[in-house]
Amino acid sequence: MPLLWLILIVLAIAVAGYVLGRQRALASAGGDSRGLHSLPSYYGSNVAIKAIVPAFLLLVAWLLIQPIYVGNTISGMIPESSVKEGSSLGLVMAEVRRAANGLDAAVAQGLMTDDEARNLRADFTDVTQRLRDAGSIVTSEVTQPILRAAQRYRIMNDTGNLIMTIAVLILAVLGFLYGLRESRAEFRARNVVEHSVRAILVGAASIAILTTIGIVLSLVFNTIEFFRLYPAADFFLGTNWAPSFSGRGGSSDLGVLPLLWGTFYISIVALAVAVPIGLFAAIYLSEYASPRIRAFAKPMLEVLAGIPTIVYGLFALLTVGPLLLKVFGDNGLDWMQSGTAVMTAGLVMGIMLIPFVSSLSDDIINSVPQAMRDGSYGLGATKSETIKQVVLPAALPGIVGAILLAASRAIGETMIVVLGAGAAARLSLNPFEAMTTVTAKIVSQLTGDADFASPEALVAFALGMTLFVITLCLNIFALYIVRKYREQYE
Amino acid sequence: MYDTPNTERTVTRNETKFSARKVQVYYGDTHAIKDVDVDIEDKTVTAFIGPSGCGKSTFLRCLNRMNDTIDVCRVEGDILLDGQDIYDKKVDPVQLRAKVGMVFQKPNPFPKSIYDNIAYGPRIHGLAKNKAELDEIVEKSLRRGAIWNEVKDRLHAPGTGLSGGQQQRLCIARAVATEPEVLLMDEPCSALDPIATSQVEELIDELRTNYSVIIVTHSMQQAARVSQKTAFFHLGNLVEFGETGQIFTNPKDERTESYITGRIG
Ligand SMILES: Nc1ncnc2c1ncn2[C@@H]1O[C@H](COP(=O)(O)OP(=O)(O)O)[C@@H](O)[C@H]1O
Ligand SMILES: [Mg+2]
Repeated sequence: MPLLWLILIVLAIAVAGYVLGRQRALASAGGDSRGLHSLPSYYGSNVAIKAIVPAFLLLVAWLLIQPIYVGNTISGMIPESSVKEGSSLGLVMAEVRRAANGLDAAVAQGLMTDDEARNLRADFTDVTQRLRDAGSIVTSEVTQPILRAAQRYRIMNDTGNLIMTIAVLILAVLGFLYGLRESRAEFRARNVVEHSVRAILVGAASIAILTTIGIVLSLVFNTIEFFRLYPAADFFLGTNWAPSFSGRGGSSDLGVLPLLWGTFYISIVALAVAVPIGLFAAIYLSEYASPRIRAFAKPMLEVLAGIPTIVYGLFALLTVGPLLLKVFGDNGLDWMQSGTAVMTAGLVMGIMLIPFVSSLSDDIINSVPQAMRDGSYGLGATKSETIKQVVLPAALPGIVGAILLAASRAIGETMIVVLGAGAAARLSLNPFEAMTTVTAKIVSQLTGDADFASPEALVAFALGMTLFVITLCLNIFALYIVRKYREQYE
Repeated sequence: MYDTPNTERTVTRNETKFSARKVQVYYGDTHAIKDVDVDIEDKTVTAFIGPSGCGKSTFLRCLNRMNDTIDVCRVEGDILLDGQDIYDKKVDPVQLRAKVGMVFQKPNPFPKSIYDNIAYGPRIHGLAKNKAELDEIVEKSLRRGAIWNEVKDRLHAPGTGLSGGQQQRLCIARAVATEPEVLLMDEPCSALDPIATSQVEELIDELRTNYSVIIVTHSMQQAARVSQKTAFFHLGNLVEFGETGQIFTNPKDERTESYITGRIG
């Protein structure tokens, strides 16, 4: 039975439970809802919860565990000899799964009977061709051991699914009956619902946290794996970035310093553009602009924040780069060799960050109490004196927080760098030279057919980890400052 | 029912500081102040009383043009300070506010040190030639604000760390530091406890020797205790203005009487 049907049946049981539970509770109070401990709908919800929750938990657990269990059993069946030189058990298992899917497809299209699919022998019939005819992607010849494994795989999954369906349905019915039995006037259904709501919220929060932890752990393990293949000291202290592209050659230089330098240099240029402009724009909008201008200008700035970064990248590559080249290139000051440079990426990234800085600063400046301004005006200060001496100092910690958040976005930015800054990892002070950043190199290490177990590919995780730690520290620091500032006026 | 009004209430006429004629204030379409005529004397405490929303703060804010900072606000009529129209084009509102200081309802010290709070005005207006002079102004102002003894050992601690009553006296000292001629106070005690209130009231009485003080208050007892003149506002009109003693014991208008006996409010 398809999964969707199973879910729908369980839901139907729950709906029936809701109606019946409600009725039964009402009946037990002689039809007068005032005689009940809780409102009638709570009794209904209680039955529905008892029917759904255990059944769905079992379903989810089963769906998670079954593939692992089946996978382990099947891989135990595959003889050493059928794992070819240069291949791995994982690849063979993938082939088994493909063959099994092929068999499924063939049966579904009526090209094979289910009985055939179970008992075919690769040595007697041309299974491979028949599977291809059924439209499945079978890469190499399906050999007898693989076919056996695939057949076994199908059988185990079929049985597993059948047992699962039965177990889930039984559990739903049991929960339904149990909930129904509870539906008496004095039962505290309202409290059960209260607890369940709480459990749902906790569940959602835990999923969010667990996935984060999962991502971080996968970063950590892959980084450790990388450091097993490549010395950590060379990675952190190396000043040369020269991965070999031969695939498995050990002669790569993977020093992170040029990439970090590129990252910081471009970010600094970006912040040098974004911070003054964003901050001044925020001051203008929150202190000087009339409501009409503000109502028009603020959304305009926010549109800037909605432009996808790839568009900024194009802008860097096609407009800003050539423009800079005209001024600083061969025919101009002759400082610049090509359009892709730190300056190009930095300028464009700065433009991208303007709305980010200005909208955060605007919020912060607005949260400085009007009483502060009144106090200053009341002493005969002008507007700009008030802003400079009262508003900005009061907002400063928050603005610093905003700048740090902007910095961590600049550090994590990728597309603008890929298109605007070039690909050369270089330690140089000249902002008109091409450089590259950590993020851009992560992209280039993973695109292409590098073997994912080689240091050249795994280095991406170490780079990601480095970046993650840096931005995490920046964000924590920024949040700490912003929060400390909030308390000041509460 | 009220504290006995000051017995030695000055009946001698001081010269007029502010004189307002036919003042109208609009917030957009709301007509907040209607046809107010009033003469406010120097070296006198004048109290503005009246139910909430009757326009006391609005009128007070006309006197130092703080209403200019509100976009929708429009002021008509004449307000003269020492014979000079303060809404004249030649008058710089910023300069005016240095002359007509203001203390607000909620104490609003800047998030700076006590010293810098007081020195703020003098620095902006260049009142001190050097550090020693500035120190002197700060000390004098804090003494005038009756808070010197409490803060003299921690002038560089943040002003926001003081108690509510201390903060309000700091704000008064801050207003005094720019050497104003008039002090406007908008319910300066409404956020304070009774002890801090009586300290501030005492201070207001002392300030009378040097300044003209105008105080908005919700408490009629307070008006009776600190002021010599009282103005009663109702729905944007100045209903009655006169000696505090007379207003409280023998009001001429029945609306005033209803208000001070607690029937409208
Ligand atoms: N900034 C403002 N914008 C619009 N209307 C205002 C503003 N300030 C005050 N008002 C209106 O003006 C009237 C007088 O207010 P206010 O002077 O604050 O009264 P009071 O200080 O006597 O309680 C009220 O009706 C109030 O709603
Ligand atoms: Mg008021």
